[in-house]
Amino acid sequence: MRLLDYFRKDTSQQSASMAKERLQIVVAHQRTSRNQPDFLPEMQREIIRVIQKYVKIEQDQVSVQLDSNDACSVLELNVTLPQ
Amino acid sequence: MAKIIVVTSGKGGVGKTTTSAAIGTGLALRGHKTAILDFDVGLRNLDLVMGCERRVVYDFVNVINGEASLKQALIKDKRTENLFILPASQTRDKEALTVEGVGKILDELANDFDFIVCDSPAGIEKGALMALYFADEAVVVTNPEVSSVRDSDRILGILHSKSQRAEQGREPVREHLLLTRYDPQRVNIGEMLSVADVEDILAIPLLGVIPESEAVLKASNQGQPVILDGQAKAGQAYMDAVARLLGEKVEHRFLEAKKKGFFSRVMGVR
Ligand SMILES: Nc1ncnc2c1ncn2[C@@H]1O[C@H](COP(=O)(O)OP(=O)(O)OP(=O)(O)O)[C@@H](O)[C@H]1O
Ligand SMILES: [Mg+2]
Repeated sequence: MRLLDYFRKDTSQQSASMAKERLQIVVAHQRTSRNQPDFLPEMQREIIRVIQKYVKIEQDQVSVQLDSNDACSVLELNVTLPQ
Repeated sequence: MAKIIVVTSGKGGVGKTTTSAAIGTGLALRGHKTAILDFDVGLRNLDLVMGCERRVVYDFVNVINGEASLKQALIKDKRTENLFILPASQTRDKEALTVEGVGKILDELANDFDFIVCDSPAGIEKGALMALYFADEAVVVTNPEVSSVRDSDRILGILHSKSQRAEQGREPVREHLLLTRYDPQRVNIGEMLSVADVEDILAIPLLGVIPESEAVLKASNQGQPVILDGQAKAGQAYMDAVARLLGEKVEHRFLEAKKKGFFSRVMGVR
């Protein structure tokens, strides 16, 4: 520990807290895709290609999610269209 | 009936083999008949860490292919009673391990042993899947570092979906977090994820924290599992983890940095 570190207490500047924030996001994303069928990512890409034929959108403006409960599965498609 | 424990991580080089050797030896020291199985086909290493590399005659794949009996292939540890090692094959054929082959070996061992420790290779390919498939418990070895934590989460997902317990809808594999190469001093100055951070993210029970320690390299140089080094913090921390694995309540040690005087801190002395 250097002299400077000794007086630096601002945790938001610390690399460990950045690591934790980034991990929380990555892991949350990883967990939602855990129980998804393998075809979902490919289907998502295909849906995006179809929409892009008609509207100018970016990859991250479309989210596809499959939620399953006991009785049925719901495919949720969210597209943010530009103004 | 033996309990099958997989030591796994996703990411490479985090300390799986070190941990398999330590935990296997620890269980044997506690009087349980234990076999440590090396699943790292093509990259055999457990034999070196255990110091039995010159006694390898037959390996895992020889047994699966019926070229040797399990009894012929198992190496009895010279230092520790109740301890046996099954070395990995050096074949480059990644398909050498099959569910049937591995299942048969585990079945045969189960009658005779109390614990079977499976040292998984890195990755999420065949070898890693075979190592975890039959597990009752999993020790997820994680370093306090972003890619290791993310990969541990990946492996947890695979335990939930690809293990035999998951496939058969039985009680899930019991998961344990083992945080290794921990440096409390770097945690204190905000340079390293803390135990609490990693517990928060992975949300599985903590089995132990193994400090970063020079004794680990020294032990592997000598071919002695570090748990036999009673002087080393890493050895003591592994012994505690083994006790917890056996259901004992043991305080966590070595989570705090050694207190230093103001002078040595200002001078940056380590
Ligand atoms: N607590 C520790 N302190 C210091 N060094 C450690 C510690 N644990 C492991 N190491 C070192 O890390 C390196 C990798 O360890 P090890 O071979 O056990 O990892 P692994 O996960 O089995 O690797 P692989 O994925 O290649 O099988 C070794 O050089 C070992 O000495
Ligand atoms: Mg290894």
